[in-house]
Amino acid sequence: MFRRLHEPDGQSVTIDFEGEILKVGVQESVAAALLTANPGYSRKTPVSAAPRLPFCMMGVCFDCLVEIDGVPNRQACMEIVEEGMKVRRQNGTRKLGS
Amino acid sequence: MAAAVEADALGLSVLLLDEQTEPGGQIYRNIESIHSDTLDLLGDDYRQGAALTERFRKSNAAYKPGATVWRVDEDGTVAYSQNGKGATASGSRLLVATGALERPAPIPGWTLPGVMTAGAAQVMLKSADMVPSGRVIVAGCGPLALLITQQLIATGADVVALTETTRFGDYISATPHLLGALTSGSYLRKGRQMRREIKQAGVPIYSGICDLTAIGEDKLNAVGFTRDGVKAEIAVDTLLLHIGVVPNTQITRQVFCEHEWYKPQRYWRPVRDEWGATTKDAIAVAGDGGGVDGAAAATLHGLLAALDAACRQGHIDMGERNRRADPIRYELARHQAIRPLLDALFPPPPEICAPPEDDTIVCRCEEISVADIRNAVALGAMGPNQLKAFTRCGMGPCQGRMCGLTVTELVAQARGEPIEEVGYYRIRPPIKPVTMGELAAMADE
Repeated sequence: MFRRLHEPDGQSVTIDFEGEILKVGVQESVAAALLTANPGYSRKTPVSAAPRLPFCMMGVCFDCLVEIDGVPNRQACMEIVEEGMKVRRQNGTRKLGS
Repeated sequence: MAAAVEADALGLSVLLLDEQTEPGGQIYRNIESIHSDTLDLLGDDYRQGAALTERFRKSNAAYKPGATVWRVDEDGTVAYSQNGKGATASGSRLLVATGALERPAPIPGWTLPGVMTAGAAQVMLKSADMVPSGRVIVAGCGPLALLITQQLIATGADVVALTETTRFGDYISATPHLLGALTSGSYLRKGRQMRREIKQAGVPIYSGICDLTAIGEDKLNAVGFTRDGVKAEIAVDTLLLHIGVVPNTQITRQVFCEHEWYKPQRYWRPVRDEWGATTKDAIAVAGDGGGVDGAAAATLHGLLAALDAACRQGHIDMGERNRRADPIRYELARHQAIRPLLDALFPPPPEICAPPEDDTIVCRCEEISVADIRNAVALGAMGPNQLKAFTRCGMGPCQGRMCGLTVTELVAQARGEPIEEVGYYRIRPPIKPVTMGELAAMADE
């Protein structure tokens, strides 16, 4: 959906999105990194399981909720990528406990 | 940032809690580490943020980035989370500088993947150096719609059109404000310049459109609209919506500051005096969170609030405060002079404020439609807060940020009551999700 204007020059990290390894810039938010990977959707809503992607990119709309390193309900637009980060789509409500 | 620098210079001890990981807010986002080509493209207005950020970094103000505020008390105590730990901070004065958010634009299909706000695309450009890869259409009204269109074209993005809701009648009603706006001449020049550049790039500007619709099943395929009574449809991958910006009042609401309805742009803003002081003794507001005046004016509001804080603490006397404020107010008036014109030229369209179609989603979190809200009102729901109990509208993770204005308008329309009587959601803490772990870590302090 989005493309980088400049390839991350030397400074990049790899993250795991649903098993796919993505090479992304060090300062990118998780949401930005996902949007270049054409994920189709990044969460499904709890009510009707409708697909969603990040909408506001500034921490307001909560449509970018994903699971990061096992922690659900993270705002992907407010989290910066880190080496080895594991990102999963959040389908429906977050799972309790574990 | 401006307030922090000024307050520090006046001898106050300052702490800045920033939800973002780097200074700059939304307007000067990523100003410290942006790619030089992209910096050139974003232009001088953006570049001005570099000097401010540098002054802030050099100041003695303590800075906590990545700090999410989730509760504010009337005495100015703030509870926040940073790096997975909860904490509190308190001072004799709290300055809320939460800025604005783009007016949520409930149109049919606005929840489809592929539909974003224009501001989101600008955040992508500034902070991630990214642009939409497919066909893009920008729709709505306001200076930012023009700006993002022009910026995306400059990056080489495939912008197929700018569709504006601004109608001929809006130009007529804006005309009386033109004279007053001349003191803000540079804004007028920039607006004309942007339109010229967009047209020169061969990108059509369709004005006076209505019935804006995002079309698609699991993702956006096309955008539909009506212009001069003729229906049109354009195939696109990305729709960027922008219907102006409105104050982010989540904190001021949560702490019971009084708010007033600003009719020209149909939004709520906290009541504030000429120094930004709210109706709560310990709390002031600076910037667009108190009413939309734009980025340049926001820094000036910040300076005034800092002077007032220093005065209240006895660092300067009232005469000194007023004397120093004079040139700031002069400058502020210059920036504010454009506002009546912009307000009249870019009114939020009635069909965005109170969407007519039954199926349009109002609350993105709980997927509550226009019909759901009308039905609940017909059943007796008296206002936004009772609607929560009837429908769960506004009770999802965004806590009404996306549906609050629409709900107020729909209820007012359905009940035939004035907006002020209908009111707004009661915003309760935590205003951002907080984990048990973050709360537990507070005990370690």
